[in-house]
This record gives sequence, structure tokens and C-alpha cells, in this order.
Amino acid sequence: MTTTISGTEINVTEDGYLTDFSQWTPEIAKELAKNEEIELTDRHWEIIKWIQDRVNAGEALSIRGIKKSGVLDIKEFYALFPGGPLKLSTKIAGVPKPKSCI
Amino acid sequence: MTKSKVKKMLFVLSKATIENVYAAFIMANGARMEGIEAEIFFTFFGLEAVQKKKLNKLHVATVGNPAMHIPTMVGGLPGMEAIASKMMKKEMDKLDIPPVDEFLEILSDSGVKLWACKLAVDMFHLEEKELIDDLDGILTIGDFYNQADQDGCQLLYI
Repeated sequence: MTTTISGTEINVTEDGYLTDFSQWTPEIAKELAKNEEIELTDRHWEIIKWIQDRVNAGEALSIRGIKKSGVLDIKEFYALFPGGPLKLSTKIAGVPKPKSCI
Repeated sequence: MTKSKVKKMLFVLSKATIENVYAAFIMANGARMEGIEAEIFFTFFGLEAVQKKKLNKLHVATVGNPAMHIPTMVGGLPGMEAIASKMMKKEMDKLDIPPVDEFLEILSDSGVKLWACKLAVDMFHLEEKELIDDLDGILTIGDFYNQADQDGCQLLYI
């Protein structure tokens, strides 16, 4: 399905995850974050970039992986993206919803 | 915040077998990942999962467990539990499921409240120093119900 965010038509899944990463822009990220009541700070952008790099390198994200990452810890992850950090951060970063149960 | 009708999951973990402990841990962690609050109340044998000396030595039950597909008599032989437990831990490691100590850290960091049951702590003559540092406290059953007293709270006994 398609939806229009900040004047651009993009392809998304039923849950609102981008299906084509090439359509992602920082403006879209801001709009997606706003829908989740998150105001993006510099630290958010750092994490978003890191998530995109990891996923585009073919890595699977998990909460355990966050703990081991050395980039941020679980507490900070929950503080940055309250209400389900893995789900929300990936949505804002324009990458697929993680399938991990951990 | 979650838009889900379930606002909080309260787990009562009363057993120390690997399959029960992991069921509670994975569901509690999964709840937090969905933006749902989660708490675990460790009671009776479930307390082994928060005892520093015991938590990494939990076993799978080989006796009285038909899904093991080994005869009960064989399951009762010395060493069987250890072998079955080792095999299960190996499989879990392949799926990137953390060991108990690391999992408890993940739960605590994720905001899962970890409580020990006062009556069970007294019954097993445990001291606070024998329990993990991440424990949020020792609760009576009355305290526990206070934790449950809100809309959208679900209780699960494992």
C-alpha cells in the first residue's frame, strides 16, 4: 500500500514500515517520529543512522544485540524510543520491522 | 506509550525448569518490546532463577515430561537432566537466546520489575545477599496485588 508523508508518496506495509528504503528521507523520519510522539534529537539521528547501517549490512536487530553493540545500552534505547524501541526505531529508520522475539 | 488494551503483564514464576523460566523471560521482554509494562514475581522454586548461585544451573525436567520422548525410568537416571539441559542450552544459544544471568540484566535494563515472594524467601531461608542485585524488592502477596491494581493488567501464572 502507499501513503503520503510530508508531500511524498511512499510504499509502506500495513504496520506503516517502508518497503523501499530508497524512498526514505530525514523529512519522512521526522514525520514518522512525530506520529509516535517522538522528537528527534542528534542522538536519535546517530542511532537511526547506525540502525540503517546494521540492517543494510544484513544484520538482524535484537534487544540482546543492542546490549552487545557498544553504541548504546538498553536503558538509553528505551529512553530514546519509549513504547517499544526496536519497533519504533526501525520504523523511523525506514527499515523492515525486526522479526526477533528477543 | 502502547495503544494496546493490555497495559501491564504480571508474571508469577513458580518453577525453576528452563522451559518455564524462559517462557516468563521471553514473554516479559516481549511485552516491553511492545511498549507494555512487565513484572515478574518469583515464588517457590521460581526463586532459583534469581539466586546468584543457582540461576545459571537450571535444568529441564526429564521426568514426568512426555514431550521429552524418553521413558520416565531413563529420564530418572543420573546425569540425564544435565545432558538434556546442555542440549537445550546449545539450541537456545544458536537462536541467540541469552543465558539466564544475561537475560535478567536485559529484563532489568528494559524496565521489567523483578520481585521475590516474601513467604518463599522465608521458607527457603534465603538472605537478600543471595539474590541478584537487580532484584527490585521482596513482596508480600498483598504488595503483589497492589502492583496488579490497574486497568489493563493481565496476570499469568507459570
